[in-house]
Amino acid sequence: MPMTDGIDDPGDVLGRYEPLVDDVEAFREACARPLPAVVRVNEIKATPDEVRAGFEEEGIAYESVDWHDGLLRLPDGDPGHSWAYVHGWVYGQEEVSAVPALVLDPQPGERVFDPCAAPGSKTTQLAALMEDTGLLVANDSNLGRLSALRSNAERCGVSNVVVTKSDARNFSLKPFSEGDEDEPFDRVLVDVPCSCEGTIRKNPDALADWTLDHVQGVAGVQKGILERAIEMTKPGGTVVYSTCTFAPEENEAVLDHALANSACDLVEFDLPLESRPGVTEWDGETYDPAVERARRIYPHHNDTGGFFCAKLEVTA
Amino acid sequence: MSDDTTGDDTTGTGAPAENKPHQFERLPATADDRDVPERATREGVVEFWQDRYGVDPSVWEGYTFWEKGAGKVWAFADDLPSPVEVEALGMTFLRTGGEHWKPTTDAVQRFGRYATADDTVIDLSREQATRFLAGEDQELDWDGDWGYLIVRHEYGGESVTGAAPDRADSGRPEPIGVGLFLHGELRSQVPKGRRRDL
Repeated sequence: MPMTDGIDDPGDVLGRYEPLVDDVEAFREACARPLPAVVRVNEIKATPDEVRAGFEEEGIAYESVDWHDGLLRLPDGDPGHSWAYVHGWVYGQEEVSAVPALVLDPQPGERVFDPCAAPGSKTTQLAALMEDTGLLVANDSNLGRLSALRSNAERCGVSNVVVTKSDARNFSLKPFSEGDEDEPFDRVLVDVPCSCEGTIRKNPDALADWTLDHVQGVAGVQKGILERAIEMTKPGGTVVYSTCTFAPEENEAVLDHALANSACDLVEFDLPLESRPGVTEWDGETYDPAVERARRIYPHHNDTGGFFCAKLEVTA
Repeated sequence: MSDDTTGDDTTGTGAPAENKPHQFERLPATADDRDVPERATREGVVEFWQDRYGVDPSVWEGYTFWEKGAGKVWAFADDLPSPVEVEALGMTFLRTGGEHWKPTTDAVQRFGRYATADDTVIDLSREQATRFLAGEDQELDWDGDWGYLIVRHEYGGESVTGAAPDRADSGRPEPIGVGLFLHGELRSQVPKGRRRDL
């Protein structure tokens, strides 16, 4: 079995997914190609036009991303040292990672939960989509990561966020509810910790320490986080589940578990990027056919990182 | 007057017993409503921004103001039952207590655009702005007020390729942070972690 040149993949983890992809060679080749730096315009502070003008003023080269006006590719690298960054006008974020917040589609004034929020690229995007109004609860379990989340939210001028530190699997709604009755969220973005295989183009060592044990362990955590998220969402509300891994154990299997054990349905949704349906069979397991409504984004289809995204409607 | 350049530190030490440093408490509406003496009020905060920087009170309509640690006020775009124990609630906003209240860098960057006063809002050239951002103090001709100023510069308007046609006129004045003007000198209050050498 061929290994992939240019990336550290001693166990040939990518080879594991050959049965799932349409063009094995293109898939491996894309995974080995570094990604350009991308920033998302922080619309709490500036418009895409203003950021483009600012970049031109500072001599920072940029290219537009055709599927999203607020994303700019930077062929010469990330402008951490720039006025655009100092003013909080931009946030460095891989373009495919801008997908789940768009799918969640939070509205101004809503109650929204981001249980695995740090370091905050998606949190700050959610805040901007909410026009910095309503309630956005951003949680993480790790104090160090929380400090990155806080500093990113501050730089972006986010004022509708409440930052909490707890295990997302037993998050309490109490501080966010008047009286004894828990007040549920309208929408939750379940962007869980995962084996991160899809970030191989940004982190060439992402596969170096891959083990099936870790995949299985983290899948248990993912199931717990998604289950609690569904419980805390009002009937008719939306939960988006996303990962940056190709592993069906962490994707379709987690959805299959939620469909069997929680009050939810998977719903179809449109993506501005080329994608493939979720898989219903893997490694001797079969999943609820509804998992086909989830979308897999492979690196070779849009020249992005790898990603997985599913949209759930809460039914009770 | 404090010359504290660590400005936005919100870790809070030495809080009096009346203040519980790990929990946020909503500011009382007016002085008549407060149960912790000396605590800032919502009315006082809104008046401060209006009187000193010319920020219209309507800007704060959806906002609630909270204290965590003595004198450290946070601004939050929504509301929650008070008190609440969380890591952060909205953004660090204002240091009250003492004679001279001091806005945070976050507050000025986010809300400085609503400031209409001309004697407490100063526009710097790019060269001056670069020094200010690096944390340098600089001598400056300034006929306006002394004390804490909102410091801005023009940025993001001079489109060379016409990519931003509706902004081709000039940059908008964009706030950078807080400066302390005293004795002919503008002292940068940009917190150490936010300073940059551009």
